[in-house]
Amino acid sequence: MGIMKRFAGQTTKQDDGSTRAPLINVSRRGFLQGGGGLALGICFGPVACTSEKAAVSAADIAPFVPNAFLRIGADNSVTVIAKFLEMGQGTFTGLATLAAEELDADWAQVSVEGAPADAKKYANSLLGAQGTGGSTAMADAHLQMRNAGASARAMLVAAAAEQWKVPAGEITVSKGVIRHAASRKEASFGQFAESAAKQPVPAAEAIKLKEPKDFMLIGSTATPRKDSKAKTDGTAIFTQDVQLPGMLVAVLAHAPKWGATIKSVDETAARAVAGVVDVIRVDAVPGTTRAAVAVLAKNTWVAKQGRDALVIEWDEAAAFTKGSAEIFREFKALAGKPGTVAATRGDAAAALKKPAKAIEAVYEFPYLSHAPMEPLNCVVDLKADSCTIWNGEQFHTIDQQVSAGILGLKPEQVTIKQVYAGGSFGRRASSKSDFIVEATSLAKAARAKGVEAPIKMVWMREDDIRGGYYRPAFVHAIKAGLDRDGKVTGWQSRLAGQSIAKGTPLEQFMVHDGVDHTSVEGVSDTRYAIDNLQVELHTVDYPLPVLWWRSVGHTHSAYAMETMIDELAHAAGKDPVAFRRTLLEKQPRHLKVLELAAEKSGWGTPLPEVAGKKRGRGIAVHESFNTFVAEVAEVSIDADGQLKVDRVVCAVDCGLAINPDVVRAQMEGGIGYGLAAILKSEITFDKGAVVQSNFADYQPLRLNEMPVIEVHIVPSAEKPTGVGEPGTPVVGPAVANAVFAAVGKRIRKLPFGNQLSA
Amino acid sequence: MTELSINGVKKTHDGDPAMPLLWFIRDEVGLTGTKFGCGIAQCGACTVHLDGNPIRACVTPVAAAAGKNVVTIENAVTDKVGAAVQASWRKLDVVQCGYCQSGQMMSAVALLARNKTPNDEDIDAAMSGNVCRCATYVRIRAAIHDAAKALA
Repeated sequence: MGIMKRFAGQTTKQDDGSTRAPLINVSRRGFLQGGGGLALGICFGPVACTSEKAAVSAADIAPFVPNAFLRIGADNSVTVIAKFLEMGQGTFTGLATLAAEELDADWAQVSVEGAPADAKKYANSLLGAQGTGGSTAMADAHLQMRNAGASARAMLVAAAAEQWKVPAGEITVSKGVIRHAASRKEASFGQFAESAAKQPVPAAEAIKLKEPKDFMLIGSTATPRKDSKAKTDGTAIFTQDVQLPGMLVAVLAHAPKWGATIKSVDETAARAVAGVVDVIRVDAVPGTTRAAVAVLAKNTWVAKQGRDALVIEWDEAAAFTKGSAEIFREFKALAGKPGTVAATRGDAAAALKKPAKAIEAVYEFPYLSHAPMEPLNCVVDLKADSCTIWNGEQFHTIDQQVSAGILGLKPEQVTIKQVYAGGSFGRRASSKSDFIVEATSLAKAARAKGVEAPIKMVWMREDDIRGGYYRPAFVHAIKAGLDRDGKVTGWQSRLAGQSIAKGTPLEQFMVHDGVDHTSVEGVSDTRYAIDNLQVELHTVDYPLPVLWWRSVGHTHSAYAMETMIDELAHAAGKDPVAFRRTLLEKQPRHLKVLELAAEKSGWGTPLPEVAGKKRGRGIAVHESFNTFVAEVAEVSIDADGQLKVDRVVCAVDCGLAINPDVVRAQMEGGIGYGLAAILKSEITFDKGAVVQSNFADYQPLRLNEMPVIEVHIVPSAEKPTGVGEPGTPVVGPAVANAVFAAVGKRIRKLPFGNQLSA
Repeated sequence: MTELSINGVKKTHDGDPAMPLLWFIRDEVGLTGTKFGCGIAQCGACTVHLDGNPIRACVTPVAAAAGKNVVTIENAVTDKVGAAVQASWRKLDVVQCGYCQSGQMMSAVALLARNKTPNDEDIDAAMSGNVCRCATYVRIRAAIHDAAKALA
């Protein structure tokens, strides 16, 4: 079956999208492009130099595996092993760029595959486990991947020097070709793969990395995405696409409320659906998963038909039953009272006693679903003493450990196959491994009933939208004061919302003195020169699971901070850019993006008029994940209050931009993702049940709503930082400030919805 | 028993005729380039061509394709318009997570097949039913213009 061949290829995934025998395809490409000299017939070396011969014998020669991150085949393929997940952010391309740069590989000969779970080899030093998140991939791995490439290059050169009997120092490597000019010898990597493997691995201190002026790939646009081809011909494999012999599909009926349990299940009608194989009860793991009943069938549609035919009575005695109005009433009441101190500078209370001008505002941020395009899923092949899991895997070693616990296996008996994730935005980095727990619990229960087939658990979109692990709702109550000269004298922020880390295995690392840093980040550590600052937090204990959502706490803190700063600027009678400039005097990187965005957007010049519409321009600047972003939004609002975001000019400082085009893409996408949230998206509750269910009522941004976006990257030699998240939190306040500039209205309750037409 | 063609190859389906074409294509034929995103024609990830017209396979019963030819992403990129769309998508590195892109490209191919010089309004009208949560929309628009230029 074609699908199986394709999947076999996936296990040694080729980013060129080849569907079978990937080595042969790469081999041909390698010889035609990578070893250009060979294809031209210029072959001076003693090694066999016809592509035919090499290609045929390549498969028999063990590849050169210089370290955990590279594999160089005798067929001249260079495979980069990515310890991070590719979920859209260009991570595979970034890692490949770093290794290929120091290896001096030809970009065309390089492909990327996902690493297995291995805490020793593949831990993320910034997360303390193997995982992808927090915009850390480039920050964590940039030296590691460059060293991996440089080390492999040194071994290839040593092998060539030995065989050619020339000094290693006289050998050059360029675009995948190893050369000794004096003796007119040259060879491909593949030709030395076997002998390089026998060379000693260079000591760390012997590895010399390139000077930035010598970069060929880093910082260039000569590194098109490695996943582009497979994602434009239908061959890229996501979890949803995994098919195994005899595999069954599971579709589940989930408890409608968190904390509800199964009272009774009538399976009769479900079992009557032709093709339904079994009905499996999957009890809740309290605090982690909802109670569910799964229908196993030969295909997804039958499983869904079976699921829809289940008659389940739920016991809601212990369920969460609050509604959104009640939730926000509680949060607002809390934010009106002193909370746990998260940050103190000077004496905010004293400074706020008698300011020349005082501004108070309360901001409301709803729960948000990540809603990646690929609804959650997981494939589990459980055997008596082992288990293989296919997943768009974001938290490798944690998920491996948790699933082993569920299954009664040792972690090393659980193999995780990493495939592409159809988006995540944080959702697949589950702090409690929730959907992995559900899939493995289901597989275990099924096996106990005699079902031995591999199972693909598929969530319908409704399961995803209603499945929790939301961006936590928050209320910020801010009091700020200005003196007569328009200087900020004091600032008090009181926040109320759920903690992402509390009650998870990550609590010990992330919660200190009762404060989850992700609740207050962006406020408690603001770089604005505010001498008297007090930030207090009320952590609300609800049973609703909450999770990081693209840019985490910054999603709400940047909005509250940057719209309030804008209010203060207007109250002080100052230009919003000039006002920020004064407050950021000692923050050169903030200042640089602020000035760049202002300059490129034409800040201070009148916006072109549009008949029947009011127009406005707004700015915001925010640091997140050590990356600095400023955005200027231009909006138009018609007489009915219809808002259109016309243009966003973005300036970003992410240190060294490894792949400038990926940086641009992440700013574009981050802005679009952030816009959807502030304009349209919210999860609300009615007596504990989630009101929204699908894209009809949980509104994503659509193409016709996407603004024109311009991205300007600050040239920098600073160490690289992440770009997946930092573009997202800035657009909301930039747009809100533009709306104020256009119509004089402050929006403090998100999403905007129809507040402008009210 | 329903008879239909997928990418020009005759197929038969003897199960539930109400089963959406999406699941026939993915689970029975085994072509997984066409994606499941919402199941209610709200996201366009499942877009295929039915006798040349773009349709949402997640709400189209197999029975509605009886006697007709269905073209999926795997085959669409082999004709002139499809190849141009694919080339522009690659040239501009449109994709991020990539999950919605088969559907995006199928909608773009259908647009360019009937309108050789789409303006921004035409693109809005043809493409706003296809959701991309990575918000690659800036590049989708640019790639459609680029493909149109290449086809001119």
